[in-house]
Amino acid sequence: MTETSAQKPIPVTVLTGYLGSGKTTLLNRILSENHGRKYAVIVNEFGEIGIDNDLIVESDEEIYEMNNGCVCCTVRGDLIRVVEGLMRRPGRFDAIIVETTGLADPVPVAQTFFMDDDVRAKTELDAVVALVDAKHLPLRLKDSREAEDQIAFADVVLLNKTDLVTPEELERVEATVRVINPSARIYRTQRSEIDLGKVLDQGAFNLDRALENDPHFLDQDDHDHVCGPDCDHDHHHHDHHHHDHDHDHDHHHHHHHDGPSPIHDVTVQSISLRGGEMNPDRFFPWIQKITQTDGPNILRLKGIIAFAGDAERYVVQGVHMIIEGDHQRPWKDGEKRESRLVFIGRDLDREKIERTFKACEVQA
Amino acid sequence: MPTVAPLDLEGHVVGVAFLKDVPFFAGAAGTIHRLDHGHKTTEAHDGLLSFVSDEANDTLLTGGEDGKVMRISADGTASLVADTGRKWISQVAAGPQGAVAYAYGKTTHVRLSDGTTREFPEQRTVEGIAFAPKGLRIAAARYNGVSLHWVAMAGQPVDLEWKGAHTGVTFSPDGRFVVTAMQENALHGWKLDAKPGAEARHMRMTGYPAKVKSLSWSAKGKWLASSGAPAAIVWPFQGKDGPMGKAPLELGTRANIMVTTVACHPADDIVAIGYEDGMILAARFADSKEVLLRRPGNGAITAMAWNKSGRQLAFGSAAGDCGVVDIAG
Repeated sequence: MTETSAQKPIPVTVLTGYLGSGKTTLLNRILSENHGRKYAVIVNEFGEIGIDNDLIVESDEEIYEMNNGCVCCTVRGDLIRVVEGLMRRPGRFDAIIVETTGLADPVPVAQTFFMDDDVRAKTELDAVVALVDAKHLPLRLKDSREAEDQIAFADVVLLNKTDLVTPEELERVEATVRVINPSARIYRTQRSEIDLGKVLDQGAFNLDRALENDPHFLDQDDHDHVCGPDCDHDHHHHDHHHHDHDHDHDHHHHHHHDGPSPIHDVTVQSISLRGGEMNPDRFFPWIQKITQTDGPNILRLKGIIAFAGDAERYVVQGVHMIIEGDHQRPWKDGEKRESRLVFIGRDLDREKIERTFKACEVQA
Repeated sequence: MPTVAPLDLEGHVVGVAFLKDVPFFAGAAGTIHRLDHGHKTTEAHDGLLSFVSDEANDTLLTGGEDGKVMRISADGTASLVADTGRKWISQVAAGPQGAVAYAYGKTTHVRLSDGTTREFPEQRTVEGIAFAPKGLRIAAARYNGVSLHWVAMAGQPVDLEWKGAHTGVTFSPDGRFVVTAMQENALHGWKLDAKPGAEARHMRMTGYPAKVKSLSWSAKGKWLASSGAPAAIVWPFQGKDGPMGKAPLELGTRANIMVTTVACHPADDIVAIGYEDGMILAARFADSKEVLLRRPGNGAITAMAWNKSGRQLAFGSAAGDCGVVDIAG
């Protein structure tokens, strides 16, 4: 319609991570590397960014609870204002990066891009990237819930400062990150050195792209789950499913490690669900109800749903009580029509969620 | 039949105004254009964020991404009012006796005509500021309400509380009401002459499908027009309780096209209504009669202002297509 609304949404990358995890180093890399793209950066303090750039905007973190009685419906008021200002002069940059403070909760930042109509009309949350200091993560997890939330909420985790830990320590830290967030992509880095193509332009919240481009989605156990010989961490979500394409024999050996987790400081859990074709008349009321009642405890959810008689894959994703879903693409020939869904959160009733999810399947 | 004199600019137009019958158009990049015997420009900012017309002084006040607050006179001369470094000045307001208010972060600053500046800190970010029509008093909209400060006197502010984020604030021209726009799709008002704590003090104005970004008081403050719906929503403020218990007028209703800007006529009970497709209508309160002032254009209407006689309306859009409508033709 109008010129402005016809513009392609500007992608927004959110950088989280504790003080000293390497966010500023990564930002400086993004701003100084010769990649031909221009970034507007929203920071809490100009601080240490040594680069003179008109498009670095200082903004005081301002969290707003929405007046709808829901405690998890929070947005960043300052971002609404700054993004509106930036988008009045859209030709100056290709993307926006939001750097959060070390203690920041990533949820209000992300929800801003879903809950505010104006922001949503002009921008698109691309991905949440968490930087983790490999050396200090165990300590961080002991003294703060934010460090865990940042990992649990991330699409990409940079396990940074790997030169400061032994290979064994690194394995253990990576395994911890995996327990907190089984669906994130994890990269090991030193001095935040990373191919920026692995951090920027991820489309992690884009229903069309999020799951399609993520071969690890729910398959993490088979690929890169760090599981040492002692295998002493809590495999919350362990269902060692098979690869459909190469070895289609059934080795569902479900080696659940029950009992208390030796990683005491992890309070986030993930629940991976896998089922057959779903009845939409059951599934939609079910997911609505789960996100309404358990929304405050759900940090992220992602899934691909096969509906009976539907030629297309249906994808869903959510943050707390916000849930989005859409048809993505036709099922391919030979592609197994199954439904997969992962919840990352706290205090979720695994048995109930598994049982009620199963009840949405089409009855044979 | 109204005629339109177009002016095509680049980019988003933040504000328009008439100074001594010369129309001014402020672009987001920081250039201020005027039609004064030809198209003339003033480079005011590197990035212009906020804009108000100081009618008492026939000047404009602007705030920028460059941290500057500027005063623009009718001949286009720009003078510096304040320089804050690199803070974004997203709020400016014009007060009595030459006072200028601007805000960034959690503090409202009021610069008096003698050059002194007073600061009014809040607990939360200042989202909107407005001077009261009488007395040197400033209102700051912030999370969970509005703070009212007397500029010249020391003392505690009066806090008007209402849960939620208040993103803009305005006084009624008679000073009896304070109204805020909220992050949620609603307005909230307070009757200043009601007792603190009284239920009658609050006025909730809800039912908008979108956020309200434009408010305009009609002549003598009898009505408050607002955007945020596919019609101009006009609340009656004639009675002592304001709009409570009364339905608003809905003027210029269109099916799915949202109103983005409203501007009440300076003398008559008429409102100019700008839409997201660039169309502008004028509608009369008494009988809802509409007149087309401008056909749809390239971008949403972002700013409108009448000249003092009420014969001309200047407008600007998000795409830079501006102009002046002469309603007498």
